Amino acid sequence: MKLLNFFTRQASAPVARERLQLLLAHERGASGGSSDLLEALRTEILQVIGKHVAVDSEKVKVSVDRREAVAMLAIDIEIRAPSEALLMEVPRKVA
Amino acid sequence: MGTVLVVTSGKGGVGKTTSTAALGAALAQGGQNVVVVDFDVGLRNLDLVMGAERRVVFDLINVVQGDAKLSQALIRDKRLDTLSILPASQTRDKDALTDEGIARVIGELRENFDWVICDSPAGIERGATLAMRHADIAIVVTNPEVSSVRDSDRIIGLLDSKTDKAANGERMDKHLLLTRYDSARAERGEMLKVDDVLDILSIPLLGIIPESPEVIRASNMGSPVTLNNAASAPARAYLAAAKRLRGETAALPDSSGKKGLFGKLFWRRAA
Repeated sequence: MKLLNFFTRQASAPVARERLQLLLAHERGASGGSSDLLEALRTEILQVIGKHVAVDSEKVKVSVDRREAVAMLAIDIEIRAPSEALLMEVPRKVA
Repeated sequence: MGTVLVVTSGKGGVGKTTSTAALGAALAQGGQNVVVVDFDVGLRNLDLVMGAERRVVFDLINVVQGDAKLSQALIRDKRLDTLSILPASQTRDKDALTDEGIARVIGELRENFDWVICDSPAGIERGATLAMRHADIAIVVTNPEVSSVRDSDRIIGLLDSKTDKAANGERMDKHLLLTRYDSARAERGEMLKVDDVLDILSIPLLGIIPESPEVIRASNMGSPVTLNNAASAPARAYLAAAKRLRGETAALPDSSGKKGLFGKLFWRRAA
Protein backbone atom coordinates (compact mmCIF):
# COMPACT_ATOMS: atom_id res chain seq x y z
CA MET A 1 0.00 0.00 0.00
CA LYS A 2 2.79 2.36 0.92
CA LEU A 3 4.59 1.46 -2.27
CA LEU A 4 1.45 2.25 -4.27
CA ASN A 5 1.21 5.63 -2.53
CA PHE A 6 4.80 6.33 -3.39
CA PHE A 7 4.21 5.79 -7.09
CA THR A 8 0.88 7.53 -7.39
CA ARG A 9 1.62 10.53 -5.19
CA GLN A 10 1.19 13.78 -7.09
CA ALA A 11 3.93 16.36 -7.15
CA SER A 12 3.01 19.13 -4.70
CA ALA A 13 5.36 21.83 -6.01
CA PRO A 14 3.18 22.73 -9.04
CA VAL A 15 0.24 23.19 -6.65
CA ALA A 16 2.34 25.50 -4.49
CA ARG A 17 3.40 27.47 -7.55
CA GLU A 18 -0.17 27.96 -8.78
CA ARG A 19 -1.53 28.92 -5.36
CA LEU A 20 1.22 31.49 -4.89
CA GLN A 21 0.74 33.02 -8.32
CA LEU A 22 -2.98 33.49 -7.69
CA LEU A 23 -2.55 34.84 -4.19
CA LEU A 24 0.20 37.28 -5.07
CA ALA A 25 -1.72 38.63 -8.05
CA HIS A 26 -4.45 39.58 -5.56
CA GLU A 27 -2.13 40.94 -2.91
CA ARG A 28 -0.07 43.03 -5.32
CA GLY A 29 -3.30 44.56 -6.62
CA ALA A 30 -4.50 45.35 -3.12
CA SER A 31 -1.41 47.33 -2.14
CA GLY A 32 -0.31 50.47 -3.96
CA GLY A 33 0.27 50.16 -7.73
CA SER A 34 -3.14 49.16 -8.98
CA SER A 35 -5.18 51.76 -7.06
CA ASP A 36 -3.05 54.49 -8.69
CA LEU A 37 -3.93 52.97 -12.04
CA LEU A 38 -7.63 53.01 -11.23
CA GLU A 39 -7.48 56.66 -10.16
CA ALA A 40 -5.66 57.61 -13.37
CA LEU A 41 -8.23 55.72 -15.44
CA ARG A 42 -11.11 57.38 -13.60
CA THR A 43 -9.75 60.91 -14.18
CA GLU A 44 -8.95 60.41 -17.85
CA ILE A 45 -12.20 58.65 -18.69
CA LEU A 46 -14.06 61.49 -17.00
CA GLN A 47 -12.23 64.02 -19.19
CA VAL A 48 -13.05 62.19 -22.42
CA ILE A 49 -16.72 61.64 -21.63
CA GLY A 50 -16.96 65.18 -20.22
CA LYS A 51 -16.15 66.66 -23.65
CA HIS A 52 -19.40 65.36 -25.04
CA VAL A 53 -21.83 65.02 -22.18
CA ALA A 54 -22.24 66.46 -18.72
CA VAL A 55 -20.90 63.99 -16.18
CA ASP A 56 -20.88 64.31 -12.44
CA SER A 57 -17.35 63.42 -11.27
CA GLU A 58 -18.82 61.70 -8.22
CA LYS A 59 -20.79 59.35 -10.41
CA VAL A 60 -17.98 57.50 -12.11
CA LYS A 61 -16.93 54.18 -10.69
CA VAL A 62 -13.91 52.22 -11.87
CA SER A 63 -13.17 48.84 -10.39
CA VAL A 64 -11.18 45.71 -11.13
CA ASP A 65 -12.53 42.31 -10.29
CA ARG A 66 -9.84 39.64 -10.36
CA ARG A 67 -10.98 36.15 -11.18
CA GLU A 68 -8.91 33.05 -11.62
CA ALA A 69 -8.35 33.29 -15.35
CA VAL A 70 -9.21 36.91 -16.16
CA ALA A 71 -9.49 40.31 -14.52
CA MET A 72 -12.66 42.34 -15.22
CA LEU A 73 -12.27 46.09 -15.55
CA ALA A 74 -15.68 47.63 -14.87
CA ILE A 75 -16.37 51.29 -15.65
CA ASP A 76 -19.67 52.62 -14.43
CA ILE A 77 -20.64 56.13 -15.55
CA GLU A 78 -23.86 57.90 -14.72
CA ILE A 79 -24.81 60.52 -17.34
CA ARG A 80 -27.23 63.33 -16.61
CA ALA A 81 -30.02 63.75 -19.16
CA PRO A 82 -31.98 66.83 -18.02
CA SER A 83 -34.27 67.32 -21.09
CA GLU A 84 -35.24 63.72 -21.61
CA ALA A 85 -35.61 63.14 -17.87
CA LEU A 86 -33.91 59.88 -18.58
CA LEU A 87 -31.19 58.57 -16.38
CA MET A 88 -28.87 56.57 -18.51
CA GLU A 89 -26.48 54.12 -17.08
CA VAL A 90 -23.66 52.99 -19.25
CA PRO A 91 -21.96 50.02 -17.77
CA ARG A 92 -19.10 48.79 -19.88
CA LYS A 93 -17.18 45.69 -19.18
CA VAL A 94 -13.87 45.02 -20.75
CA ALA A 95 -12.15 41.77 -20.04
CA MET B 1 32.37 55.27 -0.04
CA GLY B 2 31.17 51.79 0.80
CA THR B 3 28.08 49.97 -0.36
CA VAL B 4 25.21 49.37 2.06
CA LEU B 5 23.51 45.96 1.79
CA VAL B 6 20.38 44.87 3.63
CA VAL B 7 19.71 41.17 4.18
CA THR B 8 15.97 40.85 4.59
CA SER B 9 13.11 38.36 4.15
CA GLY B 10 9.91 39.20 6.01
CA LYS B 11 9.63 35.68 7.37
CA GLY B 12 11.79 34.59 10.29
CA GLY B 13 14.07 31.57 10.35
CA VAL B 14 14.90 31.52 6.65
CA GLY B 15 18.61 32.27 7.10
CA LYS B 16 19.10 36.06 7.25
CA THR B 17 21.65 35.96 10.07
CA THR B 18 23.47 32.92 8.68
CA SER B 19 23.63 34.63 5.27
CA THR B 20 24.77 37.96 6.72
CA ALA B 21 27.62 36.24 8.55
CA ALA B 22 28.58 34.05 5.59
CA LEU B 23 28.47 36.83 2.97
CA GLY B 24 30.26 39.24 5.29
CA ALA B 25 33.03 36.71 5.92
CA ALA B 26 33.18 35.75 2.22
CA LEU B 27 33.66 39.39 1.16
CA ALA B 28 36.27 39.88 3.90
CA GLN B 29 38.07 36.67 2.82
CA GLY B 30 38.34 38.34 -0.59
CA GLY B 31 40.23 41.25 1.00
CA GLN B 32 37.29 43.65 1.31
CA ASN B 33 36.76 45.76 4.42
CA VAL B 34 33.41 44.61 5.84
CA VAL B 35 31.16 45.45 8.77
CA VAL B 36 28.06 43.43 9.62
CA VAL B 37 25.38 45.30 11.58
CA ASP B 38 22.74 43.53 13.68
CA PHE B 39 19.41 45.40 13.53
CA ASP B 40 17.50 42.77 15.50
CA VAL B 41 17.20 44.76 18.72
CA GLY B 42 16.09 42.59 21.63
CA LEU B 43 16.79 39.36 19.76
CA ARG B 44 20.38 39.77 18.74
CA ASN B 45 22.05 36.68 17.34
CA LEU B 46 24.60 37.81 14.78
CA ASP B 47 27.25 38.08 17.52
CA LEU B 48 26.50 34.48 18.56
CA VAL B 49 26.61 33.05 15.04
CA MET B 50 29.94 34.83 14.51
CA GLY B 51 31.40 33.74 17.84
CA ALA B 52 31.72 37.27 19.24
CA GLU B 53 29.05 37.02 21.96
CA ARG B 54 31.52 37.33 24.85
CA ARG B 55 33.21 40.39 23.40
CA VAL B 56 30.17 42.68 23.24
CA VAL B 57 30.62 45.81 25.35
CA PHE B 58 28.70 48.54 23.53
CA ASP B 59 26.01 48.09 20.89
CA LEU B 60 24.16 49.83 18.06
CA ILE B 61 21.77 51.62 20.43
CA ASN B 62 24.63 53.00 22.53
CA VAL B 63 26.15 54.44 19.35
CA VAL B 64 22.83 55.74 17.98
CA GLN B 65 22.14 57.51 21.27
CA GLY B 66 25.65 58.92 21.51
CA ASP B 67 26.59 56.96 24.66
CA ALA B 68 29.49 55.26 22.90
CA LYS B 69 31.68 56.00 19.92
CA LEU B 70 31.43 53.77 16.87
CA SER B 71 35.03 52.62 17.37
CA GLN B 72 34.16 51.45 20.90
CA ALA B 73 31.22 49.35 19.76
CA LEU B 74 32.82 47.72 16.72
CA ILE B 75 34.22 44.23 17.38
CA ARG B 76 36.96 43.03 15.03
CA ASP B 77 36.76 39.37 14.05
CA LYS B 78 39.59 37.28 15.52
CA ARG B 79 40.03 35.21 12.37
CA LEU B 80 39.73 37.96 9.73
CA ASP B 81 41.00 41.43 10.52
CA THR B 82 39.03 42.96 7.64
CA LEU B 83 35.74 41.83 9.23
CA SER B 84 33.95 43.72 12.02
CA ILE B 85 30.59 43.38 13.74
CA LEU B 86 28.34 46.02 15.24
CA PRO B 87 26.06 44.12 17.62
CA ALA B 88 22.45 44.92 18.49
CA SER B 89 21.27 45.52 22.02
CA GLN B 90 19.78 42.52 23.80
CA THR B 91 18.03 44.45 26.55
CA ARG B 92 16.74 47.63 24.97
CA ASP B 93 13.65 48.27 22.92
CA LYS B 94 13.76 48.87 19.17
CA ASP B 95 12.08 52.25 19.76
CA ALA B 96 15.44 53.44 21.10
CA LEU B 97 16.62 53.51 17.46
CA THR B 98 15.98 56.94 15.95
CA ASP B 99 15.85 57.67 12.22
CA GLU B 100 18.49 60.42 12.51
CA GLY B 101 20.75 58.27 14.70
CA ILE B 102 20.65 55.37 12.24
CA ALA B 103 21.31 57.70 9.30
CA ARG B 104 24.37 59.12 11.08
CA VAL B 105 25.78 55.68 12.03
CA ILE B 106 25.26 54.21 8.55
CA GLY B 107 26.87 57.32 7.01
CA GLU B 108 29.90 56.92 9.28
CA LEU B 109 30.20 53.18 8.53
CA ARG B 110 29.94 53.86 4.79
CA GLU B 111 33.01 56.10 5.04
CA ASN B 112 35.07 53.49 6.85
CA PHE B 113 34.17 50.20 5.15
CA ASP B 114 33.80 48.82 1.62
CA TRP B 115 30.65 46.92 2.61
CA VAL B 116 28.08 47.63 5.33
CA ILE B 117 25.81 44.59 5.67
CA CYS B 118 22.62 45.15 7.69
CA ASP B 119 20.99 42.04 9.17
CA SER B 120 17.27 42.87 9.27
CA PRO B 121 14.88 41.59 11.93
CA ALA B 122 11.98 39.45 10.70
CA GLY B 123 8.61 41.09 10.12
CA ILE B 124 7.58 44.26 8.33
CA GLU B 125 7.59 46.58 11.34
CA ARG B 126 9.83 49.53 12.12
CA GLY B 127 12.94 47.45 12.82
CA ALA B 128 12.79 45.93 9.34
CA THR B 129 12.09 49.24 7.59
CA LEU B 130 14.93 50.95 9.52
CA ALA B 131 17.35 48.21 8.44
CA MET B 132 16.45 48.67 4.76
CA ARG B 133 16.11 52.48 4.77
CA HIS B 134 19.65 53.42 3.67
CA ALA B 135 20.48 50.35 1.59
CA ASP B 136 21.94 50.50 -1.93
CA ILE B 137 21.36 46.80 -2.54
CA ALA B 138 18.84 44.42 -0.97
CA ILE B 139 19.34 40.69 -0.62
CA VAL B 140 16.01 38.93 -0.23
CA VAL B 141 16.54 35.61 1.55
CA THR B 142 13.86 33.08 0.59
CA ASN B 143 13.22 29.39 1.25
CA PRO B 144 11.52 27.36 -1.51
CA GLU B 145 8.32 27.22 0.50
CA VAL B 146 4.98 29.04 0.10
CA SER B 147 4.96 31.20 3.24
CA SER B 148 8.52 32.39 2.70
CA VAL B 149 7.86 33.29 -0.95
CA ARG B 150 4.73 35.23 -0.02
CA ASP B 151 6.55 37.19 2.68
CA SER B 152 9.44 37.91 0.31
CA ASP B 153 6.96 39.37 -2.16
CA ARG B 154 5.69 41.65 0.58
CA ILE B 155 9.23 42.72 1.51
CA ILE B 156 9.99 43.49 -2.15
CA GLY B 157 6.99 45.85 -2.06
CA LEU B 158 8.43 47.59 1.02
CA LEU B 159 11.89 47.85 -0.58
CA ASP B 160 10.25 49.67 -3.49
CA SER B 161 8.34 52.08 -1.26
CA LYS B 162 9.93 52.56 2.19
CA THR B 163 13.60 53.15 1.38
CA ASP B 164 15.67 56.27 0.67
CA LYS B 165 16.19 55.01 -2.86
CA ALA B 166 12.43 54.72 -3.42
CA ALA B 167 11.87 58.19 -1.93
CA ASN B 168 14.42 59.62 -4.40
CA GLY B 169 12.63 57.96 -7.28
CA GLU B 170 15.44 55.45 -7.84
CA ARG B 171 15.07 51.70 -8.16
CA MET B 172 16.28 49.53 -5.33
CA ASP B 173 18.70 46.89 -6.58
CA LYS B 174 17.17 43.62 -5.32
CA HIS B 175 18.67 40.12 -5.45
CA LEU B 176 17.28 36.74 -4.50
CA LEU B 177 19.25 34.41 -2.26
CA LEU B 178 17.48 31.06 -2.23
CA THR B 179 18.44 29.16 0.92
CA ARG B 180 17.84 25.62 2.22
CA TYR B 181 17.42 24.41 -1.34
CA ASP B 182 17.24 20.68 -1.93
CA SER B 183 17.65 20.09 -5.65
CA ALA B 184 16.75 16.38 -5.39
CA ARG B 185 13.40 17.17 -3.77
CA ALA B 186 12.76 20.01 -6.23
CA GLU B 187 13.47 17.61 -9.09
CA ARG B 188 10.92 15.15 -7.69
CA GLY B 189 8.30 17.90 -7.59
CA GLU B 190 8.22 18.00 -3.79
CA MET B 191 9.62 21.51 -3.49
CA LEU B 192 9.40 24.74 -5.50
CA LYS B 193 12.18 24.93 -8.07
CA VAL B 194 14.57 27.84 -8.51
CA ASP B 195 12.74 28.87 -11.68
CA ASP B 196 9.35 28.78 -9.92
CA VAL B 197 10.57 31.20 -7.24
CA LEU B 198 12.30 33.42 -9.82
CA ASP B 199 9.14 33.51 -11.96
CA ILE B 200 6.96 34.48 -9.02
CA LEU B 201 9.23 37.09 -7.42
CA SER B 202 10.83 38.38 -10.66
CA ILE B 203 14.09 39.60 -9.15
CA PRO B 204 17.55 38.42 -10.28
CA LEU B 205 19.23 35.46 -8.59
CA LEU B 206 22.30 36.07 -6.45
CA GLY B 207 22.80 32.51 -5.29
CA ILE B 208 21.36 29.15 -4.29
CA ILE B 209 22.45 27.84 -0.90
CA PRO B 210 21.90 24.09 -0.62
CA GLU B 211 20.32 22.60 2.48
CA SER B 212 23.24 21.26 4.46
CA PRO B 213 24.17 20.15 8.01
CA GLU B 214 27.29 22.31 7.61
CA VAL B 215 25.20 25.43 8.31
CA ILE B 216 24.24 24.38 11.83
CA ARG B 217 27.66 22.88 12.41
CA ALA B 218 29.19 26.30 11.68
CA SER B 219 26.75 28.14 13.94
CA ASN B 220 27.48 25.64 16.74
CA MET B 221 31.13 26.63 16.42
CA GLY B 222 30.39 30.35 16.27
CA SER B 223 31.92 30.66 12.84
CA PRO B 224 30.52 31.83 9.49
CA VAL B 225 30.14 28.76 7.26
CA THR B 226 32.61 30.15 4.72
CA LEU B 227 35.30 30.19 7.45
CA ASN B 228 34.32 27.02 9.26
CA ASN B 229 34.47 24.79 6.20
CA ALA B 230 35.27 26.73 3.06
CA ALA B 231 35.12 23.61 0.90
CA SER B 232 31.56 22.67 1.90
CA ALA B 233 28.68 23.12 -0.55
CA PRO B 234 26.96 26.03 1.30
CA ALA B 235 30.31 27.81 1.79
CA ARG B 236 31.12 27.53 -1.93
CA ALA B 237 27.66 28.89 -2.75
CA TYR B 238 28.15 31.88 -0.42
CA LEU B 239 31.67 32.54 -1.76
CA ALA B 240 30.28 32.54 -5.31
CA ALA B 241 27.44 34.89 -4.26
CA ALA B 242 30.00 37.27 -2.72
CA LYS B 243 31.95 37.25 -6.00
CA ARG B 244 28.76 38.14 -7.87
CA LEU B 245 28.15 41.03 -5.46
CA ARG B 246 31.57 42.37 -6.41
CA GLY B 247 30.52 42.29 -10.03
CA GLU B 248 32.60 39.27 -10.94
CA THR B 249 31.05 36.45 -12.89
CA ALA B 250 30.75 33.22 -10.97
CA ALA B 251 28.82 30.27 -12.32
CA LEU B 252 25.64 29.46 -10.46
CA PRO B 253 25.59 26.00 -8.95
CA ASP B 254 23.86 23.43 -11.08
CA SER B 255 20.25 23.35 -9.98
CA SER B 256 19.09 20.85 -12.58
CA GLY B 257 19.48 17.94 -10.19
CA LYS B 258 21.89 16.10 -12.50
CA LYS B 259 24.54 14.44 -10.46
CA GLY B 260 27.83 12.70 -10.86
CA LEU B 261 28.51 9.17 -9.62
CA PHE B 262 29.06 10.38 -6.05
CA GLY B 263 25.80 12.28 -6.08
CA LYS B 264 23.99 9.25 -7.49
CA LEU B 265 25.30 7.01 -4.73
CA PHE B 266 24.22 9.48 -2.08
CA TRP B 267 21.31 11.01 -3.90
CA ARG B 268 19.21 11.64 -0.84
CA ARG B 269 21.86 13.55 1.01
CA ALA B 270 23.55 15.38 -1.79
CA ALA B 271 21.94 18.76 -2.15
